[in-house]
Amino acid sequence: MSTLVTLPVLLPILGAALTVIGSRSARLQRLIGIAVLAVVSVVAAVLLVAADRTGPVVAEVGGWPAPVGIVLVADRLSALLLLISTLVTLAVLVYAIDQRITDYGRDTASTTFHPIFLLLSTGVSLAYLTGDLFSLFVAFEIMLAASYVLITRRTNASRIRSGMTYVIISLTSSLLFLTTIAFVYAATGTVNLADLSARVAVLPPGLQTLLACMTIVTFGIKAAMVPLHFWLPDSYPNAPAPVTALFAGLLTKVGIYALLRTQTLVFPQEQPSALLLVLAALTMLVGALGALAQNDLNRLLSFLLVSHIGFMLFGLAVFDAAGVAGTALYVVHHITVQATLFLVSGLITRRTGTVAIDQMGGLAQRAPFLAVLFAVPALTLAGIPPTSGFVAKLALLQAGAAAGLSTALVAGVVVVASLLTLYAMVRVWIRVFWGIEKEPLPDADPADELVVGTAATSRPMYAATAGLVAVSLAIAAAAGPLSSVTGRAGVDLMDRLPYVTAVLR
Amino acid sequence: MTLNLGMTIVLAVLYSVGFYLLLQRSLMRILIGIVVLGHGANLLLQLAGGPPARAPVLGTAPPELFADPLPQALALTAIVITFAMTTYLLALGYRSWVLVGHDEVQDDVEDRRIAERERPEGSMSDDTADTGTDDDEDPGSAAASSEPAATGGRR
Repeated sequence: MSTLVTLPVLLPILGAALTVIGSRSARLQRLIGIAVLAVVSVVAAVLLVAADRTGPVVAEVGGWPAPVGIVLVADRLSALLLLISTLVTLAVLVYAIDQRITDYGRDTASTTFHPIFLLLSTGVSLAYLTGDLFSLFVAFEIMLAASYVLITRRTNASRIRSGMTYVIISLTSSLLFLTTIAFVYAATGTVNLADLSARVAVLPPGLQTLLACMTIVTFGIKAAMVPLHFWLPDSYPNAPAPVTALFAGLLTKVGIYALLRTQTLVFPQEQPSALLLVLAALTMLVGALGALAQNDLNRLLSFLLVSHIGFMLFGLAVFDAAGVAGTALYVVHHITVQATLFLVSGLITRRTGTVAIDQMGGLAQRAPFLAVLFAVPALTLAGIPPTSGFVAKLALLQAGAAAGLSTALVAGVVVVASLLTLYAMVRVWIRVFWGIEKEPLPDADPADELVVGTAATSRPMYAATAGLVAVSLAIAAAAGPLSSVTGRAGVDLMDRLPYVTAVLR
Repeated sequence: MTLNLGMTIVLAVLYSVGFYLLLQRSLMRILIGIVVLGHGANLLLQLAGGPPARAPVLGTAPPELFADPLPQALALTAIVITFAMTTYLLALGYRSWVLVGHDEVQDDVEDRRIAERERPEGSMSDDTADTGTDDDEDPGSAAASSEPAATGGRR
């Protein structure tokens, strides 16, 4: 069983190597990519079942036991997030492959895309599974290095500007993370998370607060928490649709996962954290209000992404089992729905030739299926019952209301931010799908895959998007069993004992 | 754990110089800032393990005379990563220099639009002449920018 835990990291990295070797055959690359991600999804599902039945599955890398050696741990939370992330990655890969086939034909191979895509998947898997702080840093670096290449591939002048902002911000946060690790090691003499949870507890309170704040700042940059979010709406919209979908679905959620893991395991608190509550409320409102001001569809979705990071922070800020469980449920729901929305946005912009909302119109008559594909995730994001967004928000609101007055107030902000999301989405719907049909803009540069409006779309692109919509509907349908799993995960996270005993034995 | 005063001063200097350079506009200075900051972080990792001592792999000294091997391993990994990222940033800076002709980090597009809106009408044309050139050069970003019609109309 412990071999299985290493597979989600090993398979994609081996796959990346194979796609470099086989870079002459486009078909082989596609086959490797899809096969690797499909196998990893199955492995993640097995891990989830095993972790749910018998507790965390631990692999000791190199055969050294826990405080000395590096461990990979799959508990309920990480296995669940790994499963949903891999499913989304798989769908996005199908979409990206098909976009490439539509634009360039079946036989052109890409030397960079497939290896980098699989490396990104490696980094994400490692970040979910790793059991120590320094491996988390390495996981972030693998993931971010891959994302730098994806976001600056085939640059032109405007794209290199946003790419530079993204790379520099991410590098700065990585160096801050490294500094945090140095401080943590100097104070405790270990980087193993399970070991840290006992050793940090005996440090002076001031030092504990300093270390906790440093981790919040570091992961807050990666998760796009509000005072540190400015890079996201600037850089994400400039990447091609599948890349943006992947980033929006996975990268920020890995930041949230790291926050969730470190704050509950290493810096636990007895009562709701005032700092995180304020930050969560600000993130929700700033993101939602920012979204209302946008005319660019992708920028609007990016601001909504920032807003919904606030929802996840809120669950963490409540700091009890129900709140953390709500965050876990929300992350699962949001990974699928945000990726879907960016893929649909890609389909819309390919059809209309623009990302400017006021240049679109009347799409509902011409492309009714696209209208449905947009409507379902849009309503899910806003949290209309009976979608998965409603289930997740309900869990957060219940946790907030139960935890006391201050959290109940912020829970009110959750409602307001949801209404603002709904308003933004309805506005997009009216402008894009109703009204008079406008002529599609001519294709600006057909040779550039990143440019919007290549007009041609094919069925697998729709199928991949529809598949993600189906996953999000399945989350809503399986809300009962899923929320019981996240509920148990929340109890585990606050209890800390299952994780620590499984790792340290 | 005790800290060497000299090393602490070196660390403080590295971090302040690094952050100062990071706040500059030229990509080359930012890059040097990141390199300096990376050195600072790696040195901090080294110092986190305690004072220097004998190599942990060889020798037969008593355990307290050996250096802590873990921070050395961590710093080594971090150095490799910082090195790779520096090379990547260099490549990016070169690309920016080829495409744009300078390596200044530009303002946010939205910021520029707001600044244009606040400026009196007469100075608008001057503004597009110098800051708008890099965007208007290529057809791709005209479609990608949020106001394709307005961009096209100005030219």
